[in-house]
Amino acid sequence: MGGRGQFRIPNSQFRILQCYPPPVAEPRELSLALRAFLAAYRWHRIDPVPCASLRRPLGDCRVALVSSAGLVAPGDEPFDDGVRGGDWSFRLIPADADLAALEEHHRSDSFSHAGIEADRNLALPLHRLHELAAEGAIGAVAPRHISLMGSITAPGRLRRETLPAVADLLAADGVDVALMVPV
Amino acid sequence: MQTVGLAQQVIEARGIATASITLLADVTRRIRPPRALAVPYPLGFPLGEPNDPGLQTTVLHALLALLARDDVPVLEPFHGPAASF
Repeated sequence: MGGRGQFRIPNSQFRILQCYPPPVAEPRELSLALRAFLAAYRWHRIDPVPCASLRRPLGDCRVALVSSAGLVAPGDEPFDDGVRGGDWSFRLIPADADLAALEEHHRSDSFSHAGIEADRNLALPLHRLHELAAEGAIGAVAPRHISLMGSITAPGRLRRETLPAVADLLAADGVDVALMVPV
Repeated sequence: MQTVGLAQQVIEARGIATASITLLADVTRRIRPPRALAVPYPLGFPLGEPNDPGLQTTVLHALLALLARDDVPVLEPFHGPAASF
């Protein structure tokens, strides 16, 4: 008793552990550190949950995208990785933006950036939205779309300043529907 | 997931209907945005595989379909192909 050997897992049991499938609720790509954060962080609980019913058929609706991938149009100020608690500012992406030219400035290293690097539609599916409008599934693509940089752990100013300004802007553009794409 | 969830809260309260994709359904269940579609893809790949416009359109159609729901909060799984990348 007391030797290091007591912590060893017998070979037979180790094989069982190796064969046991990972729990479905914990995707295999999440690091232990990220899982610990997700479990410990005090998530903001929305209560009451607001509900805005569609005012018209989808085929008549103007649709905007809201992405939290930290995308920035060329020449615009990048998001700031150094802001404690997360950069709460937002950027506008025009409907006719050159998607491939958008720069990604997300601060998080908890996900692979390779997909968005290869295809910006993963985080801001503007090409798909234009196609949906052309086929009549939606009425129109909004003139301006919203880019945020997620992983904001201290969302006070995001909620007090940024999001009301974003809502004003979407309302001014006559937007009926906003589709949200996190990363 | 929290950033777009909070955006939904404010934008929806302004009278604009919203629906979000989520890559972490357990987190979204705690945040309770009005409508969310849980996709079976890794973080960083909210619309699935890059350069797969067919899948991206299918995800967007599923997202748009949630907008008819008024029984908020709605959290629905996306019944599309699992990640193979």
